[in-house]
Amino acid sequence: MSKYYLNYLDELESEAIFVLREVWAQFQNPVILFSGGKDSILVTHLAKKAFYPSKIPFSLMHVDTGHNFPETIQFRDQLIKDLGVNLIVGSVQESIDQGKVAEEKGKNATRNALQITTLLDAIELHKIDCAIGGGRRDEEKARAKERFFSHRDDFGQWDPKNQRPELWNIFNGKHFEGEHFRAFPISNWTEMDVWNYIKRENISIPSLYFAHQREVVWRSNSWIPNSEFLMLEDHEEVVTKKIRFRTLGDITITGGIESEADTLEKIALEVAAMRQTERGNRTDDKRSESAMEDRKRQGYF
Amino acid sequence: MLDNNQLLRFTTAGSVDDGKSTLIGRLLYDSKSIFEDQLEAIESTSKKKGYDGVDLALFTDGLRDEREQGITIDVAYRYFTTPKRKFIIADTPGHIQYTRNMVTGASTANVATILIDARHGVVEQTKRHTFIASLLQIPHIIVCVNKMDLVDFSEEVFTKIVSDFEDIASKMLVKDVRFIPMSALLGDNVVHRSENMKWYQGAPMLHTLETMHISSDVNKVDARFPVQTVLRPQNESHRDYRGYAGRMASGVLRVADEITVLPAGFTSKIKSIDTYKESLEEAYAPMSVAITLEDDIDISRGDMIVRSNNLPTASQDIELMLCWLHNAPAKPRAKYTIKHTSNDQKAMIKEVVYKIDIETLERITDDDTLQMNSIAKVKIRTTKPLLADAYRENRTTGSVILVDDATNETVAAGMIV
Repeated sequence: MSKYYLNYLDELESEAIFVLREVWAQFQNPVILFSGGKDSILVTHLAKKAFYPSKIPFSLMHVDTGHNFPETIQFRDQLIKDLGVNLIVGSVQESIDQGKVAEEKGKNATRNALQITTLLDAIELHKIDCAIGGGRRDEEKARAKERFFSHRDDFGQWDPKNQRPELWNIFNGKHFEGEHFRAFPISNWTEMDVWNYIKRENISIPSLYFAHQREVVWRSNSWIPNSEFLMLEDHEEVVTKKIRFRTLGDITITGGIESEADTLEKIALEVAAMRQTERGNRTDDKRSESAMEDRKRQGYF
Repeated sequence: MLDNNQLLRFTTAGSVDDGKSTLIGRLLYDSKSIFEDQLEAIESTSKKKGYDGVDLALFTDGLRDEREQGITIDVAYRYFTTPKRKFIIADTPGHIQYTRNMVTGASTANVATILIDARHGVVEQTKRHTFIASLLQIPHIIVCVNKMDLVDFSEEVFTKIVSDFEDIASKMLVKDVRFIPMSALLGDNVVHRSENMKWYQGAPMLHTLETMHISSDVNKVDARFPVQTVLRPQNESHRDYRGYAGRMASGVLRVADEITVLPAGFTSKIKSIDTYKESLEEAYAPMSVAITLEDDIDISRGDMIVRSNNLPTASQDIELMLCWLHNAPAKPRAKYTIKHTSNDQKAMIKEVVYKIDIETLERITDDDTLQMNSIAKVKIRTTKPLLADAYRENRTTGSVILVDDATNETVAAGMIV
């Protein structure tokens, strides 16, 4: 006789599939927010499982800052082709060109916060009523309070003190015209769970996650990749290092770590031994103690 | 981590004064689940606030308002893993005005940890927390008798608290209770065995959490499969495929089982149980699968597939223990949307049978208003039969929420009596 309990990865998988099916059943026009990072790749993989043998019934939406790793875009386009799903791109460059947002100034300028406007515009334009994200509660303290089904008002804002209580596995996605939801199927996964699962399922991820030689600059305690968008200070020096990225975002703010991990097995071992959180290398979170909470309130991912 | 490691969800209820945040901080710190940058951040905050040493409680600070006011407002979820299990902590505030958040955190927990300050013993708040744990039918309770360092690690004090707790628990429906004397501040009996309390023969908290039997927490008897959506790919390889997608709420279903589809009452046999990877011989809770049947039956979201020899009660008149969750009080005889598994319909609160005074746990029969944090036994009537199981038998098919159609807000949580 077989055992009648699930191991932790199977339970997390089953929970995420349940959430994705609830999104499909409760909303008219949901999309998956796809950044090309491992978490959104994982959500896409789980969506494939949730609706098999049907195709993924969601479009993928990418908020393109224009400051991409070229590898991310290649990966995205290949995945779209393989899955046969539709891609929606919201362009931060267009938002800038239309005068809706202004580029930040100075050496630490990023397009991170500008994405909020582009994201909310794309949600409105395409009449999206639920955007599925790869956010996890272990990532950051404001995210620890996030629901699976997270309500946004008609300005796209999150009100953390006034969230709908979420009991058992009964999700309330009821909303008025113009409002939307964010759904987070992998809320309960940790970084370690994500890597263990990617390894187990052998999910393909961008080469950036594996150790590789790259031109980098030491800034804010991590190796920032050299790119055409990077403004160098006089004392900063471009060097070549063997690095990999723990998270992927805008190329201007995503710091790499020195690493020899070039297989999924080695990455999982390395992550297990890590003494720093993964967002520790993200300069966008270092701006203040409530940097993430403030961005999330406005409508960030 | 081993492949067969399980996931355990536990809730912590208590106020800052009980040392709840310190306990969580200690559990995470001693199990090496705190990262260096997180530790540096709380070290620098501890210094700024002028504390001696590092205040582990700061690790659980969340939103800005919570940091500023030094309180927990909302449920915060925290995660840690040991070589034996993965843990999810639902960290909930303990104050009476946050009853709704305690209820929320308790709804999915395997274990409730209840903190008692050894100096004060069993107090009103202990009663309230235990009542909520029993109301939400959390299968296991760990009573953490904390701050034992402040009572000279006295066995006598501990024994008295155990006996007082058993007095109050005997009046409630609680099954498995364990008691651990500890000092979260010093780390005694949290992760490491206490050197100061050799008289305590039991295991420290972490070992208890790692080893307690939780596989039986889910109902394995009554096969219930609420249909979430229908999969009809209509592609070349699956032209006539019709799969009912859902998650096993309880029990076990096997290929060739005779099933009934409710509420219509059609019967058929299970043809296949499918997942992306493979087709299975059986499915049990909480697996997400797609089920196909031998016969073409009209089935849609909100229907439930059950084994024909074991049916839930279909009734329009339901008794609930209800916890009111919203600022706006219940409107007499108003209609709400009731959400029960994947089924939505309308319901009216017909009668408040009694309310429970959450401080004294006495029944109040001369007040039928339902306000934020009220807990009451109510009678409701639904527009169509609800496929009900008693909550104490089945936490998934025995639970409902009420949604106010005027605001779309979740206003109440109900447990079928």
